[in-house]
Amino acid sequence: MNTLSTQLRPSSGSPLSVGRSASQVNWGDRVFKVTTAGFAVLIIVTITAMALQMLVSSKLSLREFGWGFLTSTDWNPVLGSFGALPFIYGTVVSSLVALALAVPISIGVAMYLSEMAPPALRGPLAFSVELLAAVPSVVYGLWGIFALAPVMRDHVEPALRTLFGFLPFFQGPNQGFGLLTGSVVLAIMITPTITSVTREVFKAIPRTYREAALALGATRWESIRTGVLPVARPGLVGAAILGLGRALGETMAVTMLIGNRPEISASLFAPSYTMASVIANEFTEATEDLYLAALAEIGLLLFGVTILLNLIARFLVWRVASAGGRA
Amino acid sequence: MRANIRVRGLIDRAVTWLCVLATALAVVPLFSVLYYVAARGLGGVNLAFFTELPAPVGEVGGGAANAIVGSLQLVGLACLIGIPPGILAGVYLAEYGNSALGKLVRFSADVMAGVPSITVGLFVYAIVVLQTGHFSAYAGGLSLAIIMLPTVTRTTEELLRLVPEALREAALGLGVSKWRTTISILLRTALPGVATGVMLAIARVFGETAPLLFTSFSNRYWAESLNEPTASLPVQIFTYAVSPYEDWHRQAWAAALLLVVFVLLLNVSARLLVRPRV
Repeated sequence: MNTLSTQLRPSSGSPLSVGRSASQVNWGDRVFKVTTAGFAVLIIVTITAMALQMLVSSKLSLREFGWGFLTSTDWNPVLGSFGALPFIYGTVVSSLVALALAVPISIGVAMYLSEMAPPALRGPLAFSVELLAAVPSVVYGLWGIFALAPVMRDHVEPALRTLFGFLPFFQGPNQGFGLLTGSVVLAIMITPTITSVTREVFKAIPRTYREAALALGATRWESIRTGVLPVARPGLVGAAILGLGRALGETMAVTMLIGNRPEISASLFAPSYTMASVIANEFTEATEDLYLAALAEIGLLLFGVTILLNLIARFLVWRVASAGGRA
Repeated sequence: MRANIRVRGLIDRAVTWLCVLATALAVVPLFSVLYYVAARGLGGVNLAFFTELPAPVGEVGGGAANAIVGSLQLVGLACLIGIPPGILAGVYLAEYGNSALGKLVRFSADVMAGVPSITVGLFVYAIVVLQTGHFSAYAGGLSLAIIMLPTVTRTTEELLRLVPEALREAALGLGVSKWRTTISILLRTALPGVATGVMLAIARVFGETAPLLFTSFSNRYWAESLNEPTASLPVQIFTYAVSPYEDWHRQAWAAALLLVVFVLLLNVSARLLVRPRV
């Protein structure tokens, strides 16, 4: 895109820049470039400042607890002892369960939308799935409290207990507010993300891969299984990791549904607490410096982990996209 | 051999139906949410909801006028702070973005887009609220702007790149300087698309709650200025939803209805805006 246009740039002094002498500098262009560059740099500055500020904010807690912060289960603001393990556990488990629910569904949706659905249905269905991502988190929370949690309490959780009650995950009292309900609402919220990335990945795979299989007599599913899925695999992993990144940082809906108790329990019915939720609930109430620093350190952890996951995911998706482009 | 073919056909059919089932499962929550919000929210929407302040705790009635205005103020501030830098940074990426700096900026924008919104709130709390000593609409607007910035930047870049090269060359060939070309020809052509991206970004931050909890905070009265704690619809929904009061729940649904209608309108019109062009 920049071959001809750079040659034509008037200030470059090429013979084509009629009416300007070769040495004339176009100050308008200079100013324009510097200004836009300034705002572009602002993005780098912001993200760097965020990272540094989070470090500074959590300095007190980092110095006080060290690595023990990650392994201690004791969260007692009154006594000034802070350990993040219950929150790390709640975040990781709720996100992984959400992922386990959302990934198969999203891949199914993406396969249906990009490979199977009648063309007339594709647009409206794809738009509906996109709208799922548009509904604000806090509205999901409200819906979850009054619509989802009762259904989970009265139907889903009893059914799970009857079927799989011998497993420790499905034991104990079920109130509808707990890890499982939080995971379900997270799954709903990350499905659009995973679906849209998966569709992009499918789209990047050349038609010829499917046609080769179809020409050999494969059914449509066999052509997808042999021609699409193996090539798409790294991209699908990337899509799942992007979904995981969203689930980890998701705050409001989970805060309203997970029960908010810093305990570690094997049961998915039990209330739990996530890193984002504890910040949302306790940050404005925290008065002591150490308390604030401990919450900031949880924010720092969340910040670091989501960035790392996003980078890995982008790399994986990018690899499929560029491999598909080469073929 | 025949049986084999029949089995393969059956498997194919089964997988297709599984995919249909997955799609149905994915779409059901959307319709359930829309149904609940409409059914429960309509009952709470009345004149008082738009014109009155919240009633004192325990009393029935009152409205969310301050939260509606507060939300508009916060999003307005976010647009003022976030959109111009976002568009200019996007222009830089599209026009000069193949440099090392361009790559670093693009990378930073992607990283920024993945940052959980609650940590943006923590950041703004530290740099604004702690420094000024109080919650304010400015702080809330800034945190929403930070959330918008990467989206606006990357959309602007992508859409500028879609403008046909011939347009740029025609303008440059006529002796128009690069900055005039970019502003009057390229940005102008890309405007509907950029507007779409901006609308989607607005729709997203309009419902953002987490970063507002400790930046704009909340307020049961009118904020006297932008420099004070400010109520907003999402924070109001959160507070009301987790409260034990029946009347507050009713108002939470009404606020949710307003929020969802607004977000859906933005999404649908954003969609209509791009369709005729592409």
